Amino acid sequence: MRTLLIVILAAAALLARPAEALDAALVEKLGLGDSDEKVEAINALAATGDPKAAALLAALAEGEVETAGKRVLVVKGDKATDAATGEAVVPPPADREDVIVNNRLRGAIASALAALKLIAPDRDVRLAAVKELAGGADPSMLPLVKKALEQESDPVIKPMLEMVAATLELSGGDRNARIAAIRTLGLSGNPNTKTLLLPLVEKRPDGTFAEADEDVRIEAQKSLRAVEDRLEWGERAGLLFAGVSLGSILLLAALGLAITYGLMGVINMAHGELIMIGAYTTYVVQNLFRAHAPGAFDAYLVCAVPAAFAVSAAVGMALERTVLRFLYGRPLETLLATWGISLVLIQAVRTIFGAQNVQVENPAWMSGGIQVLSNVVLPWSRIVIIAFAAAVLAGIWLLLTRTRLGLFVRGVTQNRAMASCVGVPTARVDTWAFGVGSGLAGLAGCALSQIGNVGPDLGQAYIVDSFLVVVLGGVGQLAGTVYAALGLGFANKLLESWSGAVLAKIVVLVFIIVFIQKRPQGLFAMKGRAVEA
Amino acid sequence: MGPLASALTRLYGPQGWAAIAACAAVLFVVFPILALAVPASSPFHVSAYWVTLIGKIMCYAIVALAMDLIWGYAGILSLGHGLFFALGGYAFGMYLMRQIGADGQYRVNMPDFMVFLDWKEFPWHWALSDSFVAQALLVVLVPGLLAFVFGYFAFRSRVKGVYFSIITQALTYAAMLLFFRNNTGFGGNNGFTDFKRILGIPITTDEMRIALFCVTGAVLIGTLLCLRWVVTSKFGRVLAAIRDAEQRVMFCGYNTAHYKLAVWTLSAVLCGIAGALYVPQVGIINPSEMSPANSIEIAIWVAVGGRGTLTGAILGAGLVNGAKSVFTQAFPEYWLYVLGLLFVLVTLFLPQGVMGLLARRREART
Amino acid sequence: MTSAAVHSAEAVGGGASLAHIATGTLDTTHGVVLYLEDISVSFDGFKALNRLGLAIDAGELRCVIGPNGAGKTTMMDVITGKTRADEGRAFFGQTIDLARLSEAEIAHAGIGRKFQKPTIFERHTVFENLELAMKTDKRVRRTLFAKLGSEDRDRIAAMLRQIRLEAASDRAAGELSHGQKQWLEIGMLLMQEPKLLLLDEPVAGMSDEETERTAELFLSLAGKHSLVVVEHDMQFIARIARKVTVLHEGSVLAEGPLDQVQNDPRVVEVYLGR
Repeated sequence: MRTLLIVILAAAALLARPAEALDAALVEKLGLGDSDEKVEAINALAATGDPKAAALLAALAEGEVETAGKRVLVVKGDKATDAATGEAVVPPPADREDVIVNNRLRGAIASALAALKLIAPDRDVRLAAVKELAGGADPSMLPLVKKALEQESDPVIKPMLEMVAATLELSGGDRNARIAAIRTLGLSGNPNTKTLLLPLVEKRPDGTFAEADEDVRIEAQKSLRAVEDRLEWGERAGLLFAGVSLGSILLLAALGLAITYGLMGVINMAHGELIMIGAYTTYVVQNLFRAHAPGAFDAYLVCAVPAAFAVSAAVGMALERTVLRFLYGRPLETLLATWGISLVLIQAVRTIFGAQNVQVENPAWMSGGIQVLSNVVLPWSRIVIIAFAAAVLAGIWLLLTRTRLGLFVRGVTQNRAMASCVGVPTARVDTWAFGVGSGLAGLAGCALSQIGNVGPDLGQAYIVDSFLVVVLGGVGQLAGTVYAALGLGFANKLLESWSGAVLAKIVVLVFIIVFIQKRPQGLFAMKGRAVEA
Repeated sequence: MGPLASALTRLYGPQGWAAIAACAAVLFVVFPILALAVPASSPFHVSAYWVTLIGKIMCYAIVALAMDLIWGYAGILSLGHGLFFALGGYAFGMYLMRQIGADGQYRVNMPDFMVFLDWKEFPWHWALSDSFVAQALLVVLVPGLLAFVFGYFAFRSRVKGVYFSIITQALTYAAMLLFFRNNTGFGGNNGFTDFKRILGIPITTDEMRIALFCVTGAVLIGTLLCLRWVVTSKFGRVLAAIRDAEQRVMFCGYNTAHYKLAVWTLSAVLCGIAGALYVPQVGIINPSEMSPANSIEIAIWVAVGGRGTLTGAILGAGLVNGAKSVFTQAFPEYWLYVLGLLFVLVTLFLPQGVMGLLARRREART
Repeated sequence: MTSAAVHSAEAVGGGASLAHIATGTLDTTHGVVLYLEDISVSFDGFKALNRLGLAIDAGELRCVIGPNGAGKTTMMDVITGKTRADEGRAFFGQTIDLARLSEAEIAHAGIGRKFQKPTIFERHTVFENLELAMKTDKRVRRTLFAKLGSEDRDRIAAMLRQIRLEAASDRAAGELSHGQKQWLEIGMLLMQEPKLLLLDEPVAGMSDEETERTAELFLSLAGKHSLVVVEHDMQFIARIARKVTVLHEGSVLAEGPLDQVQNDPRVVEVYLGR
């Protein structure tokens, strides 16, 4: 009960504040004083933190403030209001004079406006203001920034404000203040501070330092290194994340193959097209939601995920029943036949959906990202996909180790004849296992639709990569697939940061070709008699 | 019976030789007359379109022969033969680009794409591009050397079967990415085109077309006879034995890696030559020739014709590419359906290809 | 990286030139043609061979028996270079270190092997099968230009007679009966003129008459060649055996004349259990 009372009182206080009039003496000074007095008045008004003061200052900057005798008026069009009280003055007095706003005043007003925003009660406004100032602040704002700093207690805004203050201090004259500012800048992770510090340590073309004071220079050097270190960490973290992200995508694309090729030994060149079908299924589900349930649009993925699995799995099972079944034990023929199937599927999608890419929109909760460091933003879509890949992996692991189907699949893989003898319906197991592998491709497609273009050629881009993952990881090994996918993801991103995307891809391919020479059975080789079979 | 006669009978029987002679007569006598001597108004006149089309298909047939050698006889399915074809094409294309001289858009004695990239000098790998002989050698050497090095490592490590196929696919894919880059110095996306001359002779005249056509025909027949000689030798029997039971061949004392390396390299060289003949006739070469899809299509030509028969490879290349040019003109959107179904149906129902079908028909009759 | 590559080139790739230098000539001056010492091989933790030691004398006919999984086939794999031993040494004669040779080089040095399941070139004719196996220069270029001389034809014809496949000379090997395939493979082995023959279950699937003829053949070969025969057919073993080695769990359990081995209580326990 007491808390409620306090809340109500606080709310009342907040509501009451804007209704109070501005200090009439200050307003008079603003309108009628000389330049010095006017600046004083501006700063004093800013210090109140009153939105009405902000409005008045804005009006001043616009040249809408006029005087009539001792009264200071805000004149908009043909309506005038009293600057202090806000009351309308009807009719507007005839003998009005403009308040001249020279450059000095203009600067003061700008600072004051920004400062006013800095001490606004709303946290978001303050955050926006400090972000704006962090991009480039005018030295004249320094006292006001400092004042805001004294009042600020928000853990996010305060360090940013400190940075702004330090930036401003740096261009001031006081040596100690500058050194202190440089130290503060050294704590920043903001890439912009680098450009601030760099001029302090640079040499002019004639060999002299741009910055005369040696202590300042040394301090700047230290801070610069600290900032660069921190930025590098940020870049590394970003790279790490990009690697994990690409790895998770490769993993999703390759997991299905790990089952169809790795466990069953069926080389399915149409796997990429099953991924594409999953992506198009997502597209269709999205359109259905948009047309029939726009309110629930953000939840369309909940339906799209199982739908993508089901459609791809159905296509895969149909293929297994009609084509692949007759080619078991003939891997090269299987390769050619499934390639043919992939061509048909691509053309079929072109016929149905057109050759152009289609738009799949992220649900609102997947847009945006988390800012971990000033130069690292982790997009939500990528984070969700990493989590999704982990979940799918866990699901597959459970499926293979904890279910009857998994037991059958492993049994059939190891010894088909024996499995058949003990009553495992091998043909049906093949179909279901292939269905699961294909369904996984569909899930990959659903995930890919959230971060990239969806077009008929989508699968082609992933087929080479996903086969390499399986080949690299070693046949018949889920663990190998995981390591290979993450390893390839990292390698790709790492090399990309050094040499650009195309060369990175080439280097990775060459590496794999060399690797396969050394370990033809992949990372996790199976030894012994099984290999000969 | 002299040694030559015995060699000839080893290759083909009298019927076979008669068929080859008939083909040679059509290619080297009938076609040139119909194209050059018969006036354009006559219904018997063969237009430039047909000369180019058939010339192109003959280039493909050489590639198909090369593919049949390694796939049909040695059991190695390459999904990267388009790379060797393209490398041969690029090697000869470099010479053709230099033959343009100062007749390019920029009127400078340098290929347009280099001027566009603001290059002042030729990169190192263009050093010999002015010489016909040097580039003709490179047509053979570049694919041969690449295949040799790649094959040396692959066969030494006993990479085989599907693994080998996938790695060759990755190889051609990597090369395609490399050639797409402008900095690589091969014209990036656009590749080479707008050729003007070979050996100073304009390239678009009817005479030049027919000359290229006849050279291609001669190379095709030469390749057929050469490969026929290879596969009917003991070497050919060892190859087929490797295909069927490699372990046994090793335990017989043959170093199978060397045999595979030899045919693999020969096959790549043949592809390179085919590529070099293809470029001046078709008038363009670009990195899409190296796309995995192109390479895998070669396999279907051979599969359609019939593996391990040589003549089947030529037949398959002709049938599939003939169908392709008909379909892509009349119903372009259906071609991929046809090609895709061809892959499926041939592997399912025609494992021996058209040649197998003919053989079965012949057996049924006797 | 480079050193590893070079090493594996030696170990795996071999080379046509190597086949003629490194193998040298077979030196059996001490009377031993094959010498295995402490050979161990393991697959994923399973010890297929465990410190196996074996010595075969020149001209000896040795029978190797043992229950399934005793390591008989793995032993042959190690000798012929198909599987590399994790530990131990394998020598052919006094001088030839088998661990350093590839399969082809080992075959060239004079070890021939017949597989458990007959492996012949099914799509080649019987004649061609023997032609491919025949001892000759098997390098690429020689093979490309090889011509079959009348002497070679005579050798093949003689072998066809010996293995009683004269009538099937031009038939595809795949059309032969199981017993005939076994004989063809033995014939191919003999065409290689090996010093040492490894025969993995040579009479499986043969009729009694064929088995008897095989026994005669092996007995006639012993002396000129050395033979190691792995068999389960104890009647056949009894027919040909002089010295028998019993393998169990990857190592030698017993060795000696057949009746002595058969009465060894450890052997009885292994075969019959308790």
